[in-house]
Amino acid sequence: MLKKRIIPCLDVKDGAVVKGVQFRNHEIVGEIIELAKRYSDSGADELVFYDITASSDNRNIDKKWIYDIAKNINIPFCVAGGIRSVAQAEAVLANGADKISINSPALENPQLITELAKRFGTQCVVVGIDSRIIDGQYQVNQYTGDESKTVVTRRFVEDWAREVELRGAGEIVLNCMNQDGVRSGYDITQTKLVSNLVNIPVIASGGAGSMSDFANLFKQTRVTGALAASVFHKQIIAIDELKQYLAEENIEIRKC
Amino acid sequence: MIAVIDGGGANFLSVTTALDKLKIDYQFTHDADVINLATGVILPGVGSAKYAMEHLKKHGLVDVVRNLKTPLLGICLGMQLLYEHSTEGDVDCLGVISGTVNRFTPEANLIVPHMGWNNLNVEVHSPLINGLGQDDNVYFVHSFYAPVNEATIASCDYGNRFSAIVQNNNFYGTQFHPEKSGVLGELLLSNFFGIVNDSLSSN
Repeated sequence: MLKKRIIPCLDVKDGAVVKGVQFRNHEIVGEIIELAKRYSDSGADELVFYDITASSDNRNIDKKWIYDIAKNINIPFCVAGGIRSVAQAEAVLANGADKISINSPALENPQLITELAKRFGTQCVVVGIDSRIIDGQYQVNQYTGDESKTVVTRRFVEDWAREVELRGAGEIVLNCMNQDGVRSGYDITQTKLVSNLVNIPVIASGGAGSMSDFANLFKQTRVTGALAASVFHKQIIAIDELKQYLAEENIEIRKC
Repeated sequence: MIAVIDGGGANFLSVTTALDKLKIDYQFTHDADVINLATGVILPGVGSAKYAMEHLKKHGLVDVVRNLKTPLLGICLGMQLLYEHSTEGDVDCLGVISGTVNRFTPEANLIVPHMGWNNLNVEVHSPLINGLGQDDNVYFVHSFYAPVNEATIASCDYGNRFSAIVQNNNFYGTQFHPEKSGVLGELLLSNFFGIVNDSLSSN
């Protein structure tokens, strides 16, 4: 049986791991390699690194830290932030990332998803979707790394999720912004909606606060993984204990 | 020295990083002489079957690989290339293992790619899986799968039962990524280098 993945997300800003609340007020929580190794050793199934300033600052990401991560862990990891071209994606992959994730640039130029999938295979291409509920509709946001630059697009999450699948994305990370960093549980309604719409893996993000939030997510939706940051960074939840708990809840999980 | 065949994909680093950790001497190459002189060969694979076979053809490596007598380990797409044919781009592959590689059937509810950790079902024993057991989890990322046949050492279930580890003579393959499968993956790679050393001392 395919196991549900537990994925710590490390937001990287100026070379350090940071975490904000609802995408704002970032505080430094640790050093990249140290945290990556700690999570990998404690049973994380995969890691995601978001360079949260890259897209909104319109600059390339520095690749050295990616290479350092590849040297230090033996589980898969994905890099996101500022990838706007096939050449930039190639540089990230050549430095050892297993997957690349695009978000704002995919909204600017949806054709980029297709080009990346053709060149590297769909399994390499993750599309991150930042969605916020506005007047009862799930609307896609762009440039969320910097609050002053964040815009609400005209796209609805349902349409965008279907489109990215058709264009060749191999996975969707759905960031439910209303839940981000507030630790009140995953947005089950929205996650269920999106994971039922597509036949590529969907990873839920935003809102994890307790171990039961993970269990509820896996019991109630089709997601294949759960992404979380603050509960791991602040050591509110230990990954090995979380996995033990999920196994007792009869959720298929890789025990360590 | 191990030859890691340059398959033209972007991500070869995960394989070579794993070899660095295991202190294995390797050369990343598409030179036929280097591959022929190597004590063992790794065929990684990123991209599509058609792209990878065209790359091997371009460098005159199709027969070089087919005629190898030293141990070869194909990883992910590299394992699929060992089969006769792939429907990914409808391309003839190396044909050292019989059968055709197909896409996961797009039946309702099957999420494709098969991405994540899944458990092995050991079918027959091989030195390649010493220390790995029934139900150990390893990391898969693929949309196409190779059938179970006489070459299957371990299988995995996802929609269909498919080959996760194969061997025919000196040709070995894993559908999953040992270099991304934590300590168990490193163990499998160590076993492969043990096989390489054993084949040296027996020749």
